Amino acid sequence: MSLSNVINISGSGMNAQSVRLNTTASNLANAQTVSSSIDETYRARKPIFQLLQKSYADRDFREVDLDHDVGNGVKVAAIVEKQDPLQIRYEPTHPMANEEGYVYYPNVNVVEEMADMISASRSFQVNVEVFNTAKTLMQKTLTMGK
Amino acid sequence: MSAISFENALRIHPQALLTRSHRSEILANNLSNADTPGFKARDIDFQGVLKGEIKKSTSMALNRTDQHHLRGRGQEDYDLMYRTPYQPAIDGNTVDDNVEHAEFSKNALAYNASFEFLNGKFKGLNRALRGE
Repeated sequence: MSLSNVINISGSGMNAQSVRLNTTASNLANAQTVSSSIDETYRARKPIFQLLQKSYADRDFREVDLDHDVGNGVKVAAIVEKQDPLQIRYEPTHPMANEEGYVYYPNVNVVEEMADMISASRSFQVNVEVFNTAKTLMQKTLTMGK
Repeated sequence: MSAISFENALRIHPQALLTRSHRSEILANNLSNADTPGFKARDIDFQGVLKGEIKKSTSMALNRTDQHHLRGRGQEDYDLMYRTPYQPAIDGNTVDDNVEHAEFSKNALAYNASFEFLNGKFKGLNRALRGE
Protein backbone atom coordinates (compact mmCIF):
# COMPACT_ATOMS: atom_id res chain seq x y z
CA MET A 1 0.00 0.00 0.00
CA SER A 2 1.48 3.26 -1.13
CA LEU A 3 0.11 5.46 1.62
CA SER A 4 1.69 3.45 4.40
CA ASN A 5 4.94 3.80 2.48
CA VAL A 6 4.46 7.57 2.59
CA ILE A 7 4.41 7.29 6.38
CA ASN A 8 7.68 5.34 6.29
CA ILE A 9 9.24 7.89 3.95
CA SER A 10 8.25 10.89 6.05
CA GLY A 11 9.42 9.00 9.13
CA SER A 12 12.84 8.51 7.58
CA GLY A 13 12.87 12.22 6.70
CA MET A 14 12.07 13.19 10.28
CA ASN A 15 14.76 10.86 11.55
CA ALA A 16 17.40 12.32 9.21
CA GLN A 17 16.48 15.88 10.09
CA SER A 18 16.60 15.16 13.81
CA VAL A 19 20.11 13.71 13.36
CA ARG A 20 21.04 16.94 11.58
CA LEU A 21 19.53 18.95 14.44
CA ASN A 22 21.49 16.80 16.85
CA THR A 23 24.82 17.54 15.16
CA THR A 24 23.94 21.25 15.08
CA ALA A 25 23.23 21.18 18.81
CA SER A 26 26.50 19.37 19.44
CA ASN A 27 28.42 21.89 17.29
CA LEU A 28 26.87 24.89 19.03
CA ALA A 29 27.43 23.41 22.49
CA ASN A 30 31.07 22.80 21.66
CA ALA A 31 31.67 26.07 19.83
CA GLN A 32 33.93 27.28 22.64
CA THR A 33 35.47 23.97 23.65
CA VAL A 34 39.15 24.84 23.56
CA SER A 35 42.11 22.53 23.53
CA SER A 36 45.86 22.84 23.81
CA SER A 37 46.60 20.36 21.02
CA ILE A 38 45.49 20.42 17.40
CA ASP A 39 44.50 16.75 17.40
CA GLU A 40 42.22 16.95 20.41
CA THR A 41 40.25 19.95 19.27
CA TYR A 42 36.57 19.50 18.50
CA ARG A 43 35.67 19.84 14.82
CA ALA A 44 32.22 20.71 13.50
CA ARG A 45 30.24 17.60 12.51
CA LYS A 46 27.96 17.37 9.50
CA PRO A 47 25.60 14.57 8.46
CA ILE A 48 25.66 13.32 4.85
CA PHE A 49 22.21 12.50 3.49
CA GLN A 50 21.60 9.81 0.92
CA LEU A 51 18.58 8.51 -0.97
CA LEU A 52 17.32 5.30 0.59
CA GLN A 53 16.66 2.92 -2.28
CA LYS A 54 15.32 -0.57 -2.39
CA SER A 55 18.08 -3.10 -2.63
CA TYR A 56 19.09 -4.41 -6.02
CA ALA A 57 17.24 -7.69 -5.51
CA ASP A 58 14.07 -8.18 -3.51
CA ARG A 59 13.38 -10.78 -0.85
CA ASP A 60 12.86 -13.50 -3.43
CA PHE A 61 16.13 -12.53 -5.17
CA ARG A 62 14.30 -11.13 -8.14
CA GLU A 63 15.85 -8.12 -9.75
CA VAL A 64 14.27 -4.80 -8.78
CA ASP A 65 13.71 -2.31 -11.56
CA LEU A 66 15.56 0.64 -10.04
CA ASP A 67 14.43 3.00 -12.82
CA HIS A 68 10.86 2.62 -11.64
CA ASP A 69 11.73 2.48 -7.96
CA VAL A 70 10.40 5.52 -6.16
CA GLY A 71 12.86 5.32 -3.29
CA ASN A 72 12.17 4.72 0.35
CA GLY A 73 13.07 8.08 1.81
CA VAL A 74 16.35 9.35 3.10
CA LYS A 75 19.11 8.00 5.29
CA VAL A 76 22.13 9.43 7.05
CA ALA A 77 25.03 7.81 5.22
CA ALA A 78 27.73 9.20 7.49
CA ILE A 79 28.61 11.97 9.89
CA VAL A 80 31.81 13.70 8.85
CA GLU A 81 33.99 16.31 10.48
CA LYS A 82 34.42 19.64 8.76
CA GLN A 83 37.87 20.13 7.25
CA ASP A 84 38.02 23.90 7.71
CA PRO A 85 41.15 25.12 9.55
CA LEU A 86 40.89 25.52 13.32
CA GLN A 87 41.09 28.90 14.95
CA ILE A 88 44.42 29.36 16.66
CA ARG A 89 44.57 32.17 19.21
CA TYR A 90 47.51 33.44 21.20
CA GLU A 91 46.24 33.48 24.80
CA PRO A 92 49.17 32.78 27.15
CA THR A 93 47.06 33.36 30.27
CA HIS A 94 44.47 30.77 29.25
CA PRO A 95 44.60 27.65 31.48
CA MET A 96 44.50 25.42 28.37
CA ALA A 97 47.31 27.22 26.55
CA ASN A 98 50.23 25.09 25.35
CA GLU A 99 53.92 25.84 25.93
CA GLU A 100 53.99 28.48 23.20
CA GLY A 101 50.87 30.16 24.60
CA TYR A 102 48.46 29.10 21.84
CA VAL A 103 44.91 27.84 22.32
CA TYR A 104 42.99 25.93 19.62
CA TYR A 105 39.33 26.80 19.10
CA PRO A 106 36.97 24.55 17.08
CA ASN A 107 36.13 25.36 13.46
CA VAL A 108 32.45 25.84 14.32
CA ASN A 109 30.82 28.67 12.41
CA VAL A 110 28.00 29.74 14.73
CA VAL A 111 26.09 31.69 12.05
CA GLU A 112 26.21 28.73 9.67
CA GLU A 113 25.02 26.43 12.44
CA MET A 114 22.06 28.67 13.22
CA ALA A 115 21.04 28.71 9.55
CA ASP A 116 21.43 24.94 9.45
CA MET A 117 19.25 24.62 12.54
CA ILE A 118 16.42 26.65 11.00
CA SER A 119 16.67 24.71 7.74
CA ALA A 120 16.54 21.38 9.59
CA SER A 121 13.58 22.48 11.65
CA ARG A 122 11.66 23.62 8.55
CA SER A 123 12.37 20.34 6.74
CA PHE A 124 11.24 18.43 9.83
CA GLN A 125 7.97 20.36 9.83
CA VAL A 126 7.39 19.56 6.15
CA ASN A 127 7.84 15.86 6.88
CA VAL A 128 5.43 16.05 9.80
CA GLU A 129 2.87 17.67 7.54
CA VAL A 130 3.31 14.93 4.92
CA PHE A 131 2.87 12.34 7.66
CA ASN A 132 -0.34 13.97 8.89
CA THR A 133 -1.77 14.24 5.38
CA ALA A 134 -1.05 10.57 4.66
CA LYS A 135 -2.65 9.61 7.96
CA THR A 136 -5.79 11.63 7.23
CA LEU A 137 -6.08 10.13 3.74
CA MET A 138 -5.70 6.60 5.10
CA GLN A 139 -8.30 7.18 7.78
CA LYS A 140 -10.68 8.54 5.20
CA THR A 141 -10.09 5.58 2.89
CA LEU A 142 -11.11 3.25 5.71
CA THR A 143 -14.55 4.85 5.81
CA MET A 144 -15.27 3.97 2.18
CA GLY A 145 -18.81 2.67 1.65
CA LYS A 146 -20.06 3.81 5.03
CA MET B 1 -20.88 -12.24 -16.24
CA SER B 2 -21.90 -11.37 -12.75
CA ALA B 3 -24.98 -9.33 -12.06
CA ILE B 4 -22.92 -6.41 -10.87
CA SER B 5 -19.77 -5.76 -12.80
CA PHE B 6 -17.60 -3.70 -10.51
CA GLU B 7 -15.34 -2.82 -13.37
CA ASN B 8 -18.22 -1.20 -15.23
CA ALA B 9 -19.74 0.36 -12.16
CA LEU B 10 -16.63 1.96 -10.73
CA ARG B 11 -14.96 2.93 -14.00
CA ILE B 12 -11.61 4.68 -13.78
CA HIS B 13 -11.87 5.79 -10.14
CA PRO B 14 -10.11 2.86 -8.40
CA GLN B 15 -7.15 3.28 -10.76
CA ALA B 16 -7.18 7.03 -10.19
CA LEU B 17 -7.11 6.51 -6.43
CA LEU B 18 -4.23 4.05 -6.72
CA THR B 19 -2.25 6.35 -8.98
CA ARG B 20 -2.85 9.26 -6.60
CA SER B 21 -1.56 7.27 -3.65
CA HIS B 22 1.43 6.16 -5.71
CA ARG B 23 2.14 9.75 -6.67
CA SER B 24 1.92 10.84 -3.03
CA GLU B 25 4.70 8.35 -2.34
CA ILE B 26 6.89 9.91 -5.04
CA LEU B 27 6.25 13.44 -3.80
CA ALA B 28 6.85 12.45 -0.16
CA ASN B 29 10.15 10.95 -1.24
CA ASN B 30 11.08 14.20 -3.00
CA LEU B 31 10.23 16.20 0.12
CA SER B 32 12.17 13.95 2.47
CA ASN B 33 15.20 14.23 0.17
CA ALA B 34 15.05 18.04 0.01
CA ASP B 35 18.51 18.21 1.60
CA THR B 36 20.14 15.21 -0.08
CA PRO B 37 23.07 16.22 -2.29
CA GLY B 38 22.70 15.12 -5.90
CA PHE B 39 19.10 13.98 -5.52
CA LYS B 40 16.90 14.69 -8.53
CA ALA B 41 13.22 15.37 -7.91
CA ARG B 42 10.91 13.00 -9.78
CA ASP B 43 7.26 12.85 -10.68
CA ILE B 44 4.85 11.03 -12.94
CA ASP B 45 2.83 12.48 -15.77
CA PHE B 46 -0.61 11.94 -14.25
CA GLN B 47 -2.46 13.01 -17.38
CA GLY B 48 -0.49 10.50 -19.44
CA VAL B 49 -1.10 7.69 -16.96
CA LEU B 50 -4.82 8.48 -16.92
CA LYS B 51 -5.01 8.48 -20.70
CA GLY B 52 -3.18 5.15 -20.78
CA GLU B 53 -5.60 3.69 -18.26
CA ILE B 54 -8.63 4.84 -20.23
CA LYS B 55 -7.19 3.36 -23.40
CA LYS B 56 -6.40 0.13 -21.58
CA SER B 57 -9.90 -0.17 -20.15
CA THR B 58 -11.53 0.42 -23.53
CA SER B 59 -9.30 -1.24 -26.06
CA MET B 60 -6.14 -2.96 -24.94
CA ALA B 61 -6.35 -6.41 -23.49
CA LEU B 62 -4.09 -9.41 -23.78
CA ASN B 63 -4.65 -11.41 -26.91
CA ARG B 64 -6.58 -14.61 -26.21
CA THR B 65 -5.85 -17.33 -28.70
CA ASP B 66 -7.46 -20.01 -26.58
CA GLN B 67 -10.67 -19.80 -24.63
CA HIS B 68 -8.92 -21.11 -21.52
CA HIS B 69 -6.60 -18.14 -21.50
CA LEU B 70 -7.18 -15.63 -18.74
CA ARG B 71 -8.47 -12.26 -19.70
CA GLY B 72 -5.51 -10.16 -18.70
CA ARG B 73 -4.96 -6.47 -18.55
CA GLY B 74 -1.59 -4.85 -18.95
CA GLN B 75 0.27 -4.12 -15.76
CA GLU B 76 0.14 -0.48 -14.83
CA ASP B 77 3.51 1.05 -15.33
CA TYR B 78 4.38 4.58 -14.42
CA ASP B 79 7.23 6.29 -16.13
CA LEU B 80 9.13 8.23 -13.53
CA MET B 81 10.33 11.50 -14.97
CA TYR B 82 12.69 14.11 -13.65
CA ARG B 83 11.42 17.52 -12.74
CA THR B 84 12.92 20.53 -14.50
CA PRO B 85 14.41 22.71 -11.78
CA TYR B 86 13.79 26.44 -11.75
CA GLN B 87 17.23 27.08 -10.44
CA PRO B 88 20.26 24.83 -10.16
CA ALA B 89 21.57 24.09 -6.68
CA ILE B 90 25.28 23.89 -6.03
CA ASP B 91 25.02 20.36 -4.56
CA GLY B 92 23.06 19.01 -7.56
CA ASN B 93 19.77 18.74 -5.71
CA THR B 94 16.74 19.68 -7.82
CA VAL B 95 14.05 19.60 -5.11
CA ASP B 96 12.17 22.86 -4.85
CA ASP B 97 10.54 22.59 -1.44
CA ASN B 98 7.63 24.90 -2.19
CA VAL B 99 6.81 23.34 -5.56
CA GLU B 100 6.84 19.83 -4.09
CA HIS B 101 4.77 20.96 -1.16
CA ALA B 102 2.16 22.52 -3.43
CA GLU B 103 2.07 19.42 -5.63
CA PHE B 104 1.68 17.18 -2.59
CA SER B 105 -1.25 19.25 -1.29
CA LYS B 106 -2.87 19.27 -4.72
CA ASN B 107 -2.41 15.52 -4.98
CA ALA B 108 -3.98 14.99 -1.54
CA LEU B 109 -6.95 17.08 -2.62
CA ALA B 110 -7.30 15.08 -5.83
CA TYR B 111 -7.09 11.88 -3.79
CA ASN B 112 -9.98 13.16 -1.69
CA ALA B 113 -11.92 13.93 -4.84
CA SER B 114 -11.32 10.44 -6.26
CA PHE B 115 -12.32 9.00 -2.92
CA GLU B 116 -15.59 10.93 -2.95
CA PHE B 117 -16.36 9.69 -6.47
CA LEU B 118 -15.67 6.10 -5.47
CA ASN B 119 -17.62 6.46 -2.25
CA GLY B 120 -20.54 7.88 -4.21
CA LYS B 121 -20.47 4.88 -6.54
CA PHE B 122 -20.57 2.47 -3.60
CA LYS B 123 -23.37 4.41 -1.95
CA GLY B 124 -25.33 4.35 -5.19
CA LEU B 125 -24.83 0.59 -5.55
CA ASN B 126 -25.90 0.07 -1.95
CA ARG B 127 -29.02 2.10 -2.46
CA ALA B 128 -29.84 0.18 -5.62
CA LEU B 129 -29.42 -3.14 -3.78
CA ARG B 130 -31.66 -2.07 -0.95
CA GLY B 131 -34.25 -0.72 -3.33
CA GLU B 132 -34.80 2.45 -1.39
